[in-house]
Amino acid sequence: MKTYTYTQKKDTRSGFGDGLTELGRTNPNVVALCADLIGSLKMNQFIKENPERFFQIGIAEANMMGIAAGLTIGGKIPFTGTFANFSTGRVYDQIRQSIAYSDKNVKICASHAGVTLGEDGATHQILEDIGLMKMLPGMVVINPCDYNQTKAATIAIADYHGPVYLRFGRPSVPIFTPENQTFEIGKAIQLTEGKDVTIVATGHLVWEALEASKALYERGISAEVINIHTIKPLDDKAILDSAAKTGCIVTAEEHNYLGGLGESVSRVLAKHNPTPQEFVATNDTFGESGTPAQLMEKYGLNSNAIIKAVETVMKRK
Amino acid sequence: MPNTQQLKDLTTQVRRDILRMVHKVNSGHPGGSLGCAEFFVSLYNHIMEHSTNFNMDGKGEDLFFLSNGHISPVYYSVLARSGYFPVEELNTFRLINSRLQGHPTTHEGLPGIRIASGSLGQGMSVALGAAQAKKLNNDNHLIYSLHGDGELQEGQNWEAIMYASAKKVDNIISTIDLNGQQIDGSTDTVLAMGNIKEKFEAFGWIVIEIEQGNDIDSIISGMAEAKSKTGQGKPVCVLLKTVMGNGVDFMMHTHAWHGKAPNDEQLAIGLAQNAETLGDY
Repeated sequence: MKTYTYTQKKDTRSGFGDGLTELGRTNPNVVALCADLIGSLKMNQFIKENPERFFQIGIAEANMMGIAAGLTIGGKIPFTGTFANFSTGRVYDQIRQSIAYSDKNVKICASHAGVTLGEDGATHQILEDIGLMKMLPGMVVINPCDYNQTKAATIAIADYHGPVYLRFGRPSVPIFTPENQTFEIGKAIQLTEGKDVTIVATGHLVWEALEASKALYERGISAEVINIHTIKPLDDKAILDSAAKTGCIVTAEEHNYLGGLGESVSRVLAKHNPTPQEFVATNDTFGESGTPAQLMEKYGLNSNAIIKAVETVMKRK
Repeated sequence: MPNTQQLKDLTTQVRRDILRMVHKVNSGHPGGSLGCAEFFVSLYNHIMEHSTNFNMDGKGEDLFFLSNGHISPVYYSVLARSGYFPVEELNTFRLINSRLQGHPTTHEGLPGIRIASGSLGQGMSVALGAAQAKKLNNDNHLIYSLHGDGELQEGQNWEAIMYASAKKVDNIISTIDLNGQQIDGSTDTVLAMGNIKEKFEAFGWIVIEIEQGNDIDSIISGMAEAKSKTGQGKPVCVLLKTVMGNGVDFMMHTHAWHGKAPNDEQLAIGLAQNAETLGDY
């Protein structure tokens, strides 16, 4: 079995910040906006190098989304930055009308997604954002898994014309994907080859899926791990090909099972090849204060939860 | 440059368009549309430097954003009669497969429209973004926007109003249609907003008042004054005092026609009060 190791851990939001910095040097149309969270979003270097292309909006996210929409008129490519909660739920109607329905080329960049934001608790831990964004017609939804991939995704979305939701997080997680990788929107990445079960994971749960696959291998279970960094458009073919081979599937995400990656996968399977599926996701609940590791454990979002789900789903084959 | 009589004739024709559009589909918003007819006619035929050879970026021209999208009938009529799309297309207002949606949108590719509006309170933010893009592009043209007075009850406006002065966005002229009416009654009875002029001034804007917002000469001179105040480090607000339903006597001075179409008899009366000038579509 192919195994993955890492030498360094880093937060995915730093991948965003470094990707944005690179865009600042290479694409003069890229502009950035922030609602009073530049440190949290790692935007400092971009701002330092391009002060005229940065807009500090203040604590006014609705205004930020509207200004971003307006900046596209004149050819700018705006990247908005704030926490995932304030990037989506707080401004849903602004995104819906002024960005998505208006076909504006805005990149909504959302940090601190999911429970791993940690101690700030449920007011700041959105677990519904993927659902909110994927339901908007024309919106692309991306949730990369580590620093390198987040950086690559940030750079790639500048070349894609249309609204994009880019979701990333706060905790340090292993860097296991290649440096300077090419990021292909909508293209799933098969990380391990397996025959007994497919594990489809997104964001922070991809590493957990790899950890789970190692443990499962030791028990004689061969798991095919697929990294779905793009939830919309979904790589239907990659999922169907793998499910046809293994006959069962586990989806894993730091999000409510309602509206998340798991539901998107279910739709594809139900339509083309009904397959037993288990969901590693939060169970229609809010989060709470705690360390990221404690919260991942309590809400069933780690490799242990994935292993359990694999055991369950394999019995249903 | 058209003279005042030409603009008045166009306004009369636009009123006819508005009445006929909403009557045909028995829906739409005639009141605010009629109240802003002179403003739209003046804006598109005298005040703005703009091109009917439409492209979304609008570099090198003045741009207009409608925030209170429900007054789409006047917007569509004036865009069509300014040459953005065929006047006959007004026939398709609110019909299935039309580019003339109930509320304006870019989604169907209608020339002249740069943002969807309808859900209120979003237009000023968008206009500010476009104004800042103009600055980044070293484009000295201006951004114009229009907002309902009732619309100011939406909180996002005040985020935008605060931002505009704090960031010295001085290439924008935002006009407030002060007709004092909204769906449920007068703005004072629904949610009194106090002194709007003082509020804008307190937020750091230059405020120009146009007392006769249905008089073309007053609009042109007021907007010229507003334009003269741009580029001074402050955003500019125009308070345009209009009469909702202007030009159709039974629709005037009431909120009753905010979102209601005339019946056959009422249409006939309205059209009789606005004799055809440039030809119906």
